[in-house]
Amino acid sequence: MDWVARTKLLIFPLCLAPLGFLIQAVLSNTLGPDPANTLTRDLGEWALIFLCAGLAITPLRTITGVNKLIRFRRMIGLFALLYALLHVIAYLAFMLGWQWLTLLEDLYKRPYIIVGAMAVVILVALGITSTKPMMRRLGKNWVKLHKLVYLAASLAVLHFLWLVKSDYTEPVVYGLTILSLLILRVPGFKKALRF
Amino acid sequence: MLIRTKNRSDVRSSEITSETVYQDRRRFLKKGGQFALAGLGLTLVGCSDDLTQTIAAKNTPASTDVNIPQFNAPQWLQQKVAAHTKSQFLTEDALTPYPTVAGYNNFYEFGYGKQDPAEHAKDLITDPWSVIVEGAVEKPGTYTLEDILKPHDLEERIYRLRCVEAWSMVVPWVGYSLANMLKRFQPTSKAKYVEFHTLYDPEQMPGQRSRLSSIEYPYVEGLRIDEAINPLTFMAVGLYGKTLPPQNGAPLRLVVPWKYGFKSIKSIVRIRFTETIPRTTWVKSGPSEYGFFANVNPNVDHPRWSQAMERRLPDTLWEPNRIETRMFNGYEEEVAHLYSGMDLSKYY
Repeated sequence: MDWVARTKLLIFPLCLAPLGFLIQAVLSNTLGPDPANTLTRDLGEWALIFLCAGLAITPLRTITGVNKLIRFRRMIGLFALLYALLHVIAYLAFMLGWQWLTLLEDLYKRPYIIVGAMAVVILVALGITSTKPMMRRLGKNWVKLHKLVYLAASLAVLHFLWLVKSDYTEPVVYGLTILSLLILRVPGFKKALRF
Repeated sequence: MLIRTKNRSDVRSSEITSETVYQDRRRFLKKGGQFALAGLGLTLVGCSDDLTQTIAAKNTPASTDVNIPQFNAPQWLQQKVAAHTKSQFLTEDALTPYPTVAGYNNFYEFGYGKQDPAEHAKDLITDPWSVIVEGAVEKPGTYTLEDILKPHDLEERIYRLRCVEAWSMVVPWVGYSLANMLKRFQPTSKAKYVEFHTLYDPEQMPGQRSRLSSIEYPYVEGLRIDEAINPLTFMAVGLYGKTLPPQNGAPLRLVVPWKYGFKSIKSIVRIRFTETIPRTTWVKSGPSEYGFFANVNPNVDHPRWSQAMERRLPDTLWEPNRIETRMFNGYEEEVAHLYSGMDLSKYY
């Protein structure tokens, strides 16, 4: 087992910790008087955090020159997918009470829901195609397909931005983080990073 | 000008059933044999005066609960609030427990999280407090809080509160009708609207220092004069029998139960009578999302969410407390006439 594999063993439970805390909060009823809202929001925010973390790996690799960092990427990405799916499930179960008609109405009428749903659809597609056999099968197209994560992250920020009533601090912070992580991928910047 | 004080809100028989009776009905019905008939309907229980009184005495709302904390407030105000009387403004809905009412607030001056106001507002200086009265009135001026409250007796009213964010509570306020307050200032015939301002004090109110806010401070709200003098419209200085906690708008806040919560402006320092419609904070911030009237209306969605249902707090995940939102928050009988002939989907 090399250091990457060992570190992954350490990081894996760390990535599950937020979920653990949330489950604990649900069971002990400490999510406050509006738990549906709090839980859904928190899960969504964790999805966004993991998206940022996943997007940070490539620039980090460029800066440090440690190429092996790439091996953390799939795991981080799949955690983003996990939290995004739980976010959707919490929304369906606790905010909508499984009222599918309301969901259809939301999907049809409300731009922020549409944008969020698009981000999740992309993440699911990327999750499904994240296995080694899939990578082999898709060949060069795999890289192209997985660049869609840039779009998913941007849509997620838009989703958050659109939801906010007045204080834009949080979505703006995520937006700027993702924007800078994307800018670092522009060839000119990439070169500059190496020195 | 002439202000009508006819009591239009005279409660329906269904509303008279004390909410304590309602809350207690299960225990009551369990009492077995002799009350078996009561199981046929709540009305039976409500009709019997004796029973109502016994139960009310045992389980009086709110006000006598010893666990309600007393925040900083001058002695005279504490006494005045404590001396309040009951009113007929009751609801059938169970009260939202004090910790939720005082722990889950939107008061952006003290932060955007729902728990922020409780944490950051607790040291708000509310004494001395004065209110500037200006505009189309015979008696403009700066009135101290004591001045304002002195001639009035306070009463407790239990009102539903529906937030524009689709959650709701049931709150026992202590205060008096806004009409009684406004009358004293003698509005002139030019007073078509009343505008209210929240305290502006960035040193005490960290939210007012935020740069990434779409909201302009001071917070401004307003009512049409006929809405303002409707008997339901209430000026509150107390909650659960004690003076208002700062996070709930101490020392003086508006309560307009048929409108979304943001109309019920907190910590008021200025009242202005105007001829033109006030430019209110949320209308300035998002005119397509928040209207001047902001009447609770299940048929007119907020652009980003439906208003057909609400989460009655405290909610739990496993037994969700989702109920249908009622027109004018259930106060249709009292206020619908104010809007007759108006297209409520246009004037939302």
